[in-house]
Order: sequence, then structure tokens, then C-alpha cells
Amino acid sequence: MNNQIIGSGAAATGFNQQEAVARSLEEALCNAGVTRDQITKTGSTGSGRKAVGMADIMVNDIMAIARGGRYYFNNAGTVIDIGAEDVKVVRIDNDGAIMDFTINEKCAAGAGAFIETIARALETPVSEMGPLSLKSGKRIPINAQCVVFAESEVIGLIHAKTARHNIIRAVHDALASRIASLVFRIGLQEDIVITGGVGKNQGVADSMKRELNLRKIYVPERPECGAATGAAIMASESTLKTIPKAL
Amino acid sequence: MAENDKKEYWRWTESNWKNPDIRWKDAEYITLGIDVGSVSSQAVIMADSQIFAYGNTRTGSNSPDSARKVLGYTLDKVDIPEDRVDRCVGTGYGRVNVPFADNAVTEIACHARGANFIYGPEVKTVLDIGGQDIKIIRCDNQGRVVDFYMNDKCAAGTGRGMEVFADILEVPIVEIGERSFQVEEEPRPVSHTCVVYARSEAVNLLRKGWSTERVLAAYCRAMAERICSLVERLGVISGFAVTGGMAKNQGVMDRLMPMIGLEPMHTEWDTQIAGAAGAALIAYDSCLIE
Repeated sequence: MNNQIIGSGAAATGFNQQEAVARSLEEALCNAGVTRDQITKTGSTGSGRKAVGMADIMVNDIMAIARGGRYYFNNAGTVIDIGAEDVKVVRIDNDGAIMDFTINEKCAAGAGAFIETIARALETPVSEMGPLSLKSGKRIPINAQCVVFAESEVIGLIHAKTARHNIIRAVHDALASRIASLVFRIGLQEDIVITGGVGKNQGVADSMKRELNLRKIYVPERPECGAATGAAIMASESTLKTIPKAL
Repeated sequence: MAENDKKEYWRWTESNWKNPDIRWKDAEYITLGIDVGSVSSQAVIMADSQIFAYGNTRTGSNSPDSARKVLGYTLDKVDIPEDRVDRCVGTGYGRVNVPFADNAVTEIACHARGANFIYGPEVKTVLDIGGQDIKIIRCDNQGRVVDFYMNDKCAAGTGRGMEVFADILEVPIVEIGERSFQVEEEPRPVSHTCVVYARSEAVNLLRKGWSTERVLAAYCRAMAERICSLVERLGVISGFAVTGGMAKNQGVMDRLMPMIGLEPMHTEWDTQIAGAAGAALIAYDSCLIE
């Protein structure tokens, strides 16, 4: 409302996209204290954007990420959106226009799936991976480039009695290293913002800071909402006339 | 408790074999080749360049132990005292961890030589698909390496990639090939090359009502495509032969061959022993020189 966020919500997509949309919307409406029929414009983005029945406009991911990152940090120069199965890096200029971008959606070793897989192998909830890794003061390399091989390597480390927090930090370092090489491909422009679900992991943010050699890295309070924020902003700017739908 | 109940779908039968037609005491040189891979290990005992015995076991987490283990398993069926071995060459992922080897030789060289042995001198292109890597080797008619390409960074198309699927679909890995053909119509391949993403895709397909067999077919086809794209990087020259464990997976092999466009060569030998056989032959060469 008036280009200020008044409510947000998030839900795991799981196997039913429509249901996930409904649940996250409910949470946002509740936070904001508004009802569905008070929504005037809706924008959708992401790989399931067509599944969002109520959307007035569909926004491409790169633009949504850029606008979202810029909303949260108005000096954002590079927005790194780290999702479960892909990473998108967008570099923007002083006016927020997109200068360049790159995506990795082929390899799990550069996305959240890496963390999920190792969390499973370590029998540790994903939400604890961040806090645990921050306890580590030790740097261990992971030689494997692939999540499947890294999992075997981690099991080897477990057998060798390596401390769990050191293993987790090693995994975050490995992930950050992959993402950093993506960033360097298009050029690093400060301020660096991380969005996407993996942004919730402070250990990853920490590793990214080290890999990119930065004094500060910016992460919004609900990084998973970054792209949705961008879509909302673009929907509000859209000049399409829309009659509020009865949902 | 749950750990004990958990079925190991990746498990394949370890095997050992003794040649009934050879008397090792008649041989001038007894040589030993040990190939310690990331997933499996083999030992081949040669009596004057003829295979006398071999063994094939799971590597496990400790390389030095694995060499000793596969040797022990191989010697189990034979009565050769270990000190009768004239020379031993170690190779593979853990070649530096064959503590009793006289020297180590690269797996590329051993595989070329071994393929030349098990397939014959006509072999010119060897596709070796192991537990964690895929190699394409161009060799001459003496089994010497002319060129090669290796991918050891990505699980797609490797034995480990197949193990992940055996596990998620709860199908014993040795049954994957046969079951992947139990489909009405061949499906399109899974859209992801990455094993981790393909696994998520498979779970979704099962939820949508796909049968296990149909998912297996889609995955085997995707893996065949992946392997084919790697083969194309070096290019294939006929005689084309496959070594390594994946050669035993008809689900992948039968889909791969039409993509490559060549009839593969045939062997009666276990395709997994190529590296160790090559190592044993290279050991034999050294004996002849001395």
C-alpha cells in the first residue's frame, strides 16, 4: 500500500502450488489486516507464476528480484537470489535498471538443494544449519564439486569424527564459492543483497561475505519474499485497469 | 533400529572367479592388478598374461583396507600363496592406497590395456562408466592410450547417480535395467540432468501417478543422453566397447547404443575388471623387461 509493505507471508510450495499460494496469501492478509477483496492489483513471479490464478500481471523472475532487492536496500547494486533449485544474480545500476544477470539452474551444488541434502545426511533440521555453522572457527575444504559426491565426502568426515558445525560451515563455504564464481562472471557491484529462502541461513551469508571479500552483506528480514515484493511493486505500477476480483 | 531395517538397494553381489583351465604353477610370472575405485574394487591375478582369478567387492570408506579386502576375497578361491606374486600394480581412485603394490599406474592407461584384453585388439574407443566418473578413451591396437576425456565432477550418468535412484524408487540396482523396459510406451527422459533435481522430479512423477517402471525408463533415457553427450566430446571410432559397472545396466546401455549409432563390442568377461586386468598386464610387461 502506497509502495510500503504492510504484510507478507510464505509457505513451502510442496506438491500443490495453488495451496501454497493460498496459504502464503492468508498469512500476508493476516499480517496486513486487510481482506482479499481489498487487493487491487496482483503480480506473480517464479517458476509457478502461471499457477497463480488471481495474478493481473506475470513478472519475470529477474525483474522481480531486482525490484525486490532494491525495495529493501535502495543502494542495492547486485541482488543474489538463492533458491532451492537455482541461483539468480542480477546487477543493477544507480537507477535500479538491470545491467546484467546470470542464472544457474542446472546444478544442485550451487543452490539450496545442497544444504537440504547435507542437512538430511547430518540428521539436522535445515533451520539449524545456519546457527550451527556460525560456531565453527575451522575451515575444511570439500573436494567434491557435486552434491551427490559431497554427501559421500561428508559421511566420510562424520566417520572421521569431524565436528558437525565444522562440516556445516564447510558446506556453506563450498556453496558460497560456487555462487561467488557466478557473481564474478557478471561483475560485482556493491551493495550486495541476498534474497531467496537460503538468505535465511546466516551461515551462508557469512560465507558469501568472505568469498566476495565484503565488509557488509545485506539480507532483508524475510529474504524469501524478495521476488514476491518485486512482483507486488510492479503490479502496483502496472497501468492495466483492474476491477477488484471477488476471490 | 531403523538403520538395521533399511534395505540397501544399491547393493550388488560381490563376486570372485577362478579359471578352471589354468594351473598357476605352470606359469613363469604371476602378476597382480588391483583397481580401487570410489565405489567398487577389483583384483585380477594373471598367470603369464592369462586371467587366473579375479574378485569384485564394494570399496567402503577406507581405501587401504579395500585393496587388502578385495585381494583376500580373490585369493579365497585359489591356492596361490601371496608371496608367489612376482609383481603388483595398483590403480584407480585409491591407487596410492594399495600399500603392497610395486608401483601405481593411471587408471586411464590400465583401462585401455584392460579393454584391449577383454575385448580384443580391434577396440579403439573405450567408454568406462564407473562409480563416480565417466571416461572415454581412444586407444591403439596394443591398448595404449591415444586420447581421452574424463568427467569426474558430476554424478549424472555415473554408478552413484544410479544408486541414488535405486534408493529413492526402492528398486534393487541390479533390477533397474529389466524393470525400466516394463512400460507400455517409452516416456520422454526426465528434464533434469542433475541427479539431485532428477530425484525431486521423480518423486513428483510418482505422485502424479507414474509407475516406478516408467520413472526408471525416463531416468535411464536421461542418463543415456547425458553419457552420449560426453562421448561426443571425444568422438567415437568403431570398435566401441564399454567397461565398468554401468555396462551391466541394460536400461541405460540399450537406450545409449542407438544414440551413439554403433554396435558395441561384446565380451564374456566381467566389464568391471578391465582396470585391474590392465594393471596386471602392465605388471606382467615389467616382469618381461627385467
